[in-house]
Amino acid sequence: MSSELRYTANTQTEHLHARYTGTGHADVTKYDWLTHQHRDTCASIVGHPPLASYLAIADGESIGRVKFEMMERMLQPCGPPPPKDDD
Amino acid sequence: MDEQPRQLESYTAPKDVLDELTQLAEEEDFDPFAETASKRQVASRQSDYQKRRFAIDRDGGVSKDAFKEGEDGEGEGTGYKDAMRLARLEQEEQRVKRAIAEKERKEKEEGEKEKMDLDKTPPREELEAAAAEVATIRKKRRWDVGEPAAADDAKKAEAPGEWSKEALENAAPKKRRSRWDATPADVGAGAPGETPKRSRWDQTPVAGQPSTISAPILFPQTPIPGMGFMAPDGDKNNRYLSDEELDAILPSAGYIICKPPDGYAPIQNAARKLMMTPVPQFGGFQIQDESDAAAAAAAAGLAPELPTEIPGVGSLAFFKAEDAQYFSKILKEEDETELSVDELKERKIMRLLLKIKNGTPPVRKTALRQITDKAREFGAGPLFDKILPLLMERTLEDQERHLLVKVIDRVLYKLDDLVRPYVHKILVVIEPLLIDEDYYARVEGREIISNLSKAAGLAHMISTMRPDIDHVDEYVRNTTARAFSVVASALGIPSLLPFLKAVCRSKKSWQARHTGIRIVQQIAIMMGCAVLPHLRNLVEAIAHGLSDDQQKVRTMTALGLAALAEAAAPYGIESFDAVLKPLWIGIRQHRGKGLAAFLKAIGFIIPLMDPEYASYYTKEVTVILIREFQSSDEEMKKIVLKVVKQCAATEGVTPSYIKQDILPEFFKAFWVRRMALDRRNYRQVVETTVELAQKAGVAEIVGRIVNDLKDEAEPYRKMVMETITKVVASLGASDIDERLEIALIDGIISAFQEQTTEDQVMLDGFGTVVNAFGIRVKPYLTQIVSTVLWRLNNKSAKVRQQAADLTTRLAVVIKQCGEDQLLSKLGVVLFEQLGEEYPDTLGSIIAAVGAIANVVGMTQMQPPVKDLLPRMTPILRNRHEKVQEASINLIGRIADRGAEFVPAREWMRICFELLDLLKAHKKGIRRAAVNSFGYIAKSLGPQDVLSVLLTNLRVQERQSRVCSTVAIAIVAETCGPFTCIPAILNEYRTSELNVRTGCLKALSFVFEYVGPQSAFYCDSVVTMLEDALTDRDLVHRQTASTIVKHLALGVAGLGCEDSMTHLLNLVWPNCFETSPHVIGAVMDAIESMRVALGPGVLLSYVLQGLFHPARKVREVYWRIYNALYLGAADALVPFYPDLGELSDERNVYDRHPLQMFI
Repeated sequence: MSSELRYTANTQTEHLHARYTGTGHADVTKYDWLTHQHRDTCASIVGHPPLASYLAIADGESIGRVKFEMMERMLQPCGPPPPKDDD
Repeated sequence: MDEQPRQLESYTAPKDVLDELTQLAEEEDFDPFAETASKRQVASRQSDYQKRRFAIDRDGGVSKDAFKEGEDGEGEGTGYKDAMRLARLEQEEQRVKRAIAEKERKEKEEGEKEKMDLDKTPPREELEAAAAEVATIRKKRRWDVGEPAAADDAKKAEAPGEWSKEALENAAPKKRRSRWDATPADVGAGAPGETPKRSRWDQTPVAGQPSTISAPILFPQTPIPGMGFMAPDGDKNNRYLSDEELDAILPSAGYIICKPPDGYAPIQNAARKLMMTPVPQFGGFQIQDESDAAAAAAAAGLAPELPTEIPGVGSLAFFKAEDAQYFSKILKEEDETELSVDELKERKIMRLLLKIKNGTPPVRKTALRQITDKAREFGAGPLFDKILPLLMERTLEDQERHLLVKVIDRVLYKLDDLVRPYVHKILVVIEPLLIDEDYYARVEGREIISNLSKAAGLAHMISTMRPDIDHVDEYVRNTTARAFSVVASALGIPSLLPFLKAVCRSKKSWQARHTGIRIVQQIAIMMGCAVLPHLRNLVEAIAHGLSDDQQKVRTMTALGLAALAEAAAPYGIESFDAVLKPLWIGIRQHRGKGLAAFLKAIGFIIPLMDPEYASYYTKEVTVILIREFQSSDEEMKKIVLKVVKQCAATEGVTPSYIKQDILPEFFKAFWVRRMALDRRNYRQVVETTVELAQKAGVAEIVGRIVNDLKDEAEPYRKMVMETITKVVASLGASDIDERLEIALIDGIISAFQEQTTEDQVMLDGFGTVVNAFGIRVKPYLTQIVSTVLWRLNNKSAKVRQQAADLTTRLAVVIKQCGEDQLLSKLGVVLFEQLGEEYPDTLGSIIAAVGAIANVVGMTQMQPPVKDLLPRMTPILRNRHEKVQEASINLIGRIADRGAEFVPAREWMRICFELLDLLKAHKKGIRRAAVNSFGYIAKSLGPQDVLSVLLTNLRVQERQSRVCSTVAIAIVAETCGPFTCIPAILNEYRTSELNVRTGCLKALSFVFEYVGPQSAFYCDSVVTMLEDALTDRDLVHRQTASTIVKHLALGVAGLGCEDSMTHLLNLVWPNCFETSPHVIGAVMDAIESMRVALGPGVLLSYVLQGLFHPARKVREVYWRIYNALYLGAADALVPFYPDLGELSDERNVYDRHPLQMFI
């Protein structure tokens, strides 16, 4: 089709996607991708009460504590980021 | 004579044939674009006022950049001081001229008395005195002209600008040029290096030219070889015949060529010889030399064709004769090695400009980029020296102007502060855009000036424009005020405020105050509510102008306040506190124009007030308003009407006040026949009356004017009708009592019958009033319908059409009143009229029949539907859009509600006719036709309709095929998919590509429309989709992907996962397509699979390629992943792979919470 479309139609959706946290691109690192997965997991547990209570029972903690810990974990779920290569 | 045999008249073609032939020949020469061509020229559209830019001399030359002076000592160009001095000189000059003119006039008046008695020839002394005057002025003019040596100097110093030091010293005498400059002799003697310099006095054709290049230079002394002397207007049809041409025409023997007498010298000064405006052939500043001759010849139109191929530029979209003078240097081949760097640069700029102005879009684009990139390299001077004269060209067209303005815009951005010396030059060219009639030109002008002010800075802008603020010419002051308002909006009002305050208080000249106040007015108009933060300051800056000595200043102040109040509405009344008193006192003191402006300001301020204040001040102003009702001044009338409207709309003004104090006088003054004659008055009166009615009520207003519906003047009746329409439409008719009701209906009927030109106003009025009355109109219906019936049989097509339109509007009310008898009577008459030959009328008649059928219903319809429909079939073939739309609406209605009354065969006939309607341009018609297929199929059963539609897939026209596919889908929706899908699948087996694509498309619409029902059919279509998705043809796969999308969305959650997985496997490989539509469809299909199969399944597909070694693969997979993630981030959590094995001493990737179990 028209060249206009080639440049706009699909790049726009990509652009749109890039505005959201958690989306990735061809050069994403293992650490970044997995960090997002872990955060999503934590958020999912906080957001689904049955899941939170299941974990609370398994851990022997209160539900509130589980939620709190999940929340705290979201900061750096997989540990500190790998050191940056200087080159 | 008599002996000779009588000759027969020769036999020849009949006269009309010959006439036709000549007419044909003429038509061939006829240029249909001739008219528009001249319209494209900016100057040809402009008013005299706008054209004054050509007459006013404002070429200020290059100015000094005050900020640069520290660096290079003596800055080039003139500074603010010089500019102001010159401005003052010019004013003085103007004053002296006025004084002289005044004196002359007086002398003439006195002299005339004496001369009456004296001899008719003027006395010798007078002549001598005049000669002496000429002589003295000649002497003075030496400054202007310069001795030959001085002129040479001027030539050497390339464009020294006349504001160079010496020139400045001489400026005073030079500026005192009088109307004597206008004689061609003076122009001829003008120094070639001089920048064009004109004054308003230059009314003679030569001097009126944009560039005053002397005629002898213009037309080379030595005739161009073989070309003869050419006419100066560049029209090749007007040139003299050359010797060669004469030789060719005249016989060689028997003639001798006379030698011209010894003393003869041809008059070189073309302007004196031919009183026509010569085209300024050679732009700007160069001297005509030998090598330019060819270019000059080309410029003069001697070359048979204008070039479209310029060396170093390439081919152009067009080339005008006027372009040649500006681009003459690059029109010929020359040895570039001999040129200096500056000359090379100049040529480069010219080439780029020519490409931008006349080139094709791609050429233009690259040239624009180049000129932007190299702007700083070229420098401001060389660039603007070339661009600005082009913009002042009289034959400039919209497109060219737009492009050149764009160039300036881009270049400005790059040059930034380098532009300072040229600010005034640019302003002179750009300011006229601000008063252009074209909105986009104004916006462009604003943008340039705003960028200019950002680049040059406020201080420089002010010092550049300050001299123009009290320029003698109103045009200059007007445009300068507008430019200043743009500067204010670009740099912020606060930064300009101190300057504005000072200007508005200027003691030196009232012009400065006037312009200052006008700047405030323009700021208000341009910035709207953005003035609010500075409202008090702005009002204070101009408030004192209300008590100025000069009437013009007072008027402008009032207009400025009006603009500020309008911009601030509905806030900011507190800022106007200071001016309320002077305004209200002023309206008692002033008369005429000044009063009109004051009233206007009051009209805009009153709506800002609190109700009680508004009421008080309205009462104050009403006295004056009522007095001015009598005014004969048109402008005053308009303003008074507007103020009355504004006052009436405010909350504080009570209905009783309006009824008692305003209405009687208002109706006496404005509801007269004369007001209906002028279009603008008419509208104002109607609007104001409607506004008054909002307060005073329907009965009050309608009661006052209802009798005028029977007035003898038609425009007046129309005005009454329009007012009643608007009042009744907004307020209803419940206030109207019985007596008024009788009068109103009576008036409306008579006005309707009396009309000589069929007008929408009368029609709307009738419809609105009757509908507002509703059931109350019953007693009059017989009379109304008989009027309609009578008019339906009128001789004039327009009258019949209007009667039919009225029927359409009355149908609902007639039904409400229970007068079915009348409706069927109308129906029958309209039915008989279906043979109407005028399409517009026919359309209205059909629409009227449709309206009656709507309210009566198909069973009661008279004439019966079974008679009506066969009558409609042939009408469907009518190509007229209105007829098509009306008939398809009627037929669709019948098919929907009363299909059973018509035999099946008739419906089939209509089906075939409907196919043609699928080609209609109007979307509404196509949609109605497609829907009609659905209704018809519902009543007939789908088989026949479907076969018609499937056959239609074979036609060539794409639009027709597309509409057929939609119609098939609608049939499938109304009659159940099982009736269509087998037929479509069967049709897909044909080898014709168009048909197969059509089938796919139809299926895609079918699944889109039937939704969850698709679950029953998805297994049936899988094999066909397999075939389509593995086809070589891209479009096939694209359409198949669309089907998969609709199918998947339809069957989500209905247990078709097996076939969906199968389809996903077929769709998936297409994700590497690059064609935008295909990839779009494929991505959509994959996304809908997320809904049908769940995100987990999709994730397992995506994971395969997220970290693929090939970037191309990764990019596509990540795009799919992102879509998946955005659609179902939370649902993906359980499906992420367990990547605990990637953990190292630094990071742990196990998702421990998910590994717990009880």
